[in-house]
Amino acid sequence: MSFFLFQLINSLTFAALLFLVASGFTLIFGLMRIVNLAHGALYLLGGYIAYAAIHLTGNFFLGIVCAVAILAIFGIFEQYLLKFARGVDLRQVLITLGLAVMINDLCLVIFGGETLSIPVPELFKNSLEVFDFTYPKYRLFVLFVGASVFVFLTLLMDKTKLGALIRAGVDDRETIEALGVDISRIFLITFMIGMALVAIAGALGGAFLSLYPTADSEILVFSLAIVIIGGRGSLLGAAVGSIVVSMLSTFGQVWFPELSYFVIFGPMALLLAFRPNGLFGRPI
Amino acid sequence: MDRRDFMKSSALVGLSTFGAFDLVLAQSTGPIKIGLMAPLTGVAAAGGKEIVEGFNLYWELFGKKVGGREVQIFVEDDGSNPDIALQKARKLTEQTKVDFLIGNLLANTGLAVAEYAKSNGIPYFIPVIAADDLTQRARIPNVIRIAGYTASQTTHPMGDYAYKKLGYRKILTISQDYTFGHEQCGGLCQVFSEHGGTIVNQLWNPLNTQDFSSYFAQIQAAKPDAVFCMETGADANRFLSQWASFGMKGKIPLIGSQNTTDQSVIRNLNDEAEGVISASFFAEGNPVPATQKFVAEYTIANKQLPSVFGFTHYIAAVWLAKAINKLNGNIENRALFLDTIKKTTLEESPLGKPVRLDIYGNPVYDVFIRKVTKRSDGKFWNMPIDSYPNVSQFWTYKPDEYMKQPAYSRTYQGIKKA
Amino acid sequence: MTLKNHYLLISFGILALIGGFAPLFAESYFISLCTLVLIYAIFAMSIDILAGYAGRTSLCHGAIFGSAAYMAMYYVTIFGGSPAWAFVFGILMAIAISLIFGVLAVRASGVYFLLLTLALGMIVWGICQRWTSVTGGENGLRGNIRPEWLADPNHFYYFVLCIFILAAFMMWRFVSSPFGLGLKGIRESESRMRSLGYNTTLHLIMAFVVSGIGAGLAGILYAFFNSFISPSSVSLTQSVKGLLMVIVGGVGTLFGSFVGAGVLIALENLVSSFTQRWSFVMGLTFVVTMILLPSGIVGRLLATKPS
Repeated sequence: MSFFLFQLINSLTFAALLFLVASGFTLIFGLMRIVNLAHGALYLLGGYIAYAAIHLTGNFFLGIVCAVAILAIFGIFEQYLLKFARGVDLRQVLITLGLAVMINDLCLVIFGGETLSIPVPELFKNSLEVFDFTYPKYRLFVLFVGASVFVFLTLLMDKTKLGALIRAGVDDRETIEALGVDISRIFLITFMIGMALVAIAGALGGAFLSLYPTADSEILVFSLAIVIIGGRGSLLGAAVGSIVVSMLSTFGQVWFPELSYFVIFGPMALLLAFRPNGLFGRPI
Repeated sequence: MDRRDFMKSSALVGLSTFGAFDLVLAQSTGPIKIGLMAPLTGVAAAGGKEIVEGFNLYWELFGKKVGGREVQIFVEDDGSNPDIALQKARKLTEQTKVDFLIGNLLANTGLAVAEYAKSNGIPYFIPVIAADDLTQRARIPNVIRIAGYTASQTTHPMGDYAYKKLGYRKILTISQDYTFGHEQCGGLCQVFSEHGGTIVNQLWNPLNTQDFSSYFAQIQAAKPDAVFCMETGADANRFLSQWASFGMKGKIPLIGSQNTTDQSVIRNLNDEAEGVISASFFAEGNPVPATQKFVAEYTIANKQLPSVFGFTHYIAAVWLAKAINKLNGNIENRALFLDTIKKTTLEESPLGKPVRLDIYGNPVYDVFIRKVTKRSDGKFWNMPIDSYPNVSQFWTYKPDEYMKQPAYSRTYQGIKKA
Repeated sequence: MTLKNHYLLISFGILALIGGFAPLFAESYFISLCTLVLIYAIFAMSIDILAGYAGRTSLCHGAIFGSAAYMAMYYVTIFGGSPAWAFVFGILMAIAISLIFGVLAVRASGVYFLLLTLALGMIVWGICQRWTSVTGGENGLRGNIRPEWLADPNHFYYFVLCIFILAAFMMWRFVSSPFGLGLKGIRESESRMRSLGYNTTLHLIMAFVVSGIGAGLAGILYAFFNSFISPSSVSLTQSVKGLLMVIVGGVGTLFGSFVGAGVLIALENLVSSFTQRWSFVMGLTFVVTMILLPSGIVGRLLATKPS
């Protein structure tokens, strides 16, 4: 029983991190119909920036702030580049992939190929006694952040005007443009929210998953799986999708170690084949 | 090859069988071209960079000249990918026209290039590709593992040490699920079980496992005397830091593999790896003067302590230089070149003891049992606490007997039932 | 024949002539690069059939390519069969996999099709990685599977050149045929085609299979060329590489895929001689190409409207 509980908390904490990455991805995908294949590389970049900032200043939270700031600026730049691809899927693929490759190589040059870990802040260094096993405090912190961000974003979407505009834009972009809303400002804000989320994810993930050259494609693949399962543009979908993917990954590792990737992609393929918009998604 | 060359080389072969290595011949002029392949991008990028640094360090210290000829090193990135490795091998061999190939890191890149070398006969040296069979059942005459090791070579003695000196009777292994992992575990399991120990369970994690926590629960449930952990690269970093953060450190003794406690991993951790024991032919903390001199020189050149990647390629360069000098730079005759290499003993090496190759093309080493220790400056390195002299790839078994058993795999781990 | 087609045919002819005489004046490494370009051109063209003509961009063609290669490699090295039959079985494998993928995927479109095919491709990759007893796992399968008469690299180059010309011709005929035009119709408006009485699902599945045969053909040739196959050839990276070749060359131009293949392979191999930052250069090329030449190189040359 406690074994099961242990695994459950594991998958929830991993899910929290995945949610931080996937929520940004799905917002951008949902509103702007852009599949940002550079999202994984931005996770890695955010993590590396936080690592550098933390080493310079010694402050974990300042590191996160730095990462958010720099990625937000990058977001403006990427958003501008994507104007060249407006509407055409294939061009988005090429531009965002090209950016991903460039960011990845840049990180390799600046930070090297070694595996770097962001040091856990003193506050969260030890483990907590949970039932009859010990669990690292830091992971519980990540779980807390993930849950808080979910609540925050949901409140943003449901209770604020900005949120209403974003939701309307996801549902029917043409109409709200016709209603006189400056859609490009909304796009920019959404993009920057996405960037902030992925920067936080990179900084947090850097402490327990480490940062290394192929982390970007790994997290991207997970994000894609989550957005497919959860559905385009849906926060709830991203949350549910993160939990599903994380559980499949965690429990799959224990029960079907042979099958690792299958366990995630099999259900994903089946789901898409029969329910193309995912669990909560809106059709494009 | 024209008739004059043929006569020359057959004369040389004839005389060399009588041991007359010091024949002075009209040398080939022109530079010796070396094709060095390493993963400079991709999953093994960190190790790849050190391969190049280690190899180049030798030539920087002793000059880029050997056997009277200039040395040119052509570095190509194999991208941690066998398809790219093959492309680069082809480029180096057919376009750059190198005299021999050396390097690569990941086993599958090494196997791909070895296949290519097999088809066209170019000498290929693999200091860090540890796939057992390349010098055992599937050996290729022009592929030699100078300065290298087979995966199970260092874990055989570890199995012995764990049983006899550490007194463990029940071990659980956790390893990355691919050939290198299977072979390393197999080596330990075979020797450990032969002495009478039990392998309570074997966990295999996929490469790039993000989260080891699910395995820790299983490990705790199995209650072993010790855990043998075989992880490389980012997985090693993650395993060690998660092992500590989940409070497993100190609860259950951890035995690492050579790669798990390699300098490339522990230099990026704090005290998570402190005290972990592993077995390897290389311990950067070995107080022997030859080793410390190398470590000092490496640290000056590259601002960090050497890992196994840098070390093996440095020794490979030493070995190659010695053999090429013996031949006075005449390496055009491949058969002779390979033969000379096989017969070259490395008297002065950073290991502090002479090293030679066995007849299958794999080195015989003293294997150290080493422990991760903190230095006075706060950095960590591996210091030897015991050693096993003259360990070959076959441990104490007779080569023919050993090669009759199947290669280690996930299903065959050499475990002897009581 | 329209002027556009005239243009294409002439430039094709010229290249074929140059290609034919290449071994006489180029050395073996260059020839092996050309062989690789031709193999990847077939691969990219097969992706273009779906992406350019049917409007369905897929990320699973690497899996089809690799599966056919594995089949051919397995058949000769482990089963001990002849290269000729390896060819046949490889194609059959490609047909089988593309049929399965097609049936599962064609009802999706746009980005969802992209993501679904990505998932299917990953499943195949997972099988190749884990089913060690058959696929050799991480280490893959290796061995020289070329028949005697193709052992010489120049002979093999000519062989691949002939196959390329044949395959390119057949694909061109396919997309210009009424069936191919039907695909274009589906790309423009699937609902309209259905209302005209077309069984669009069947249409797309058949196109998928034809496209898969092309990818499989490329895969088999690759196995013959490399004497080695591993999961990296089945991976997402392989599918992405092929798709990039199509996009850079120009989606929907078929010939553009050949150009794209040439550009990408040239970049990969030649840039690395000058700088270690070759992947950065590649990434930059992609971004710049999309900004300056949104319809790809050939697309721009033909002034084709972007689809």
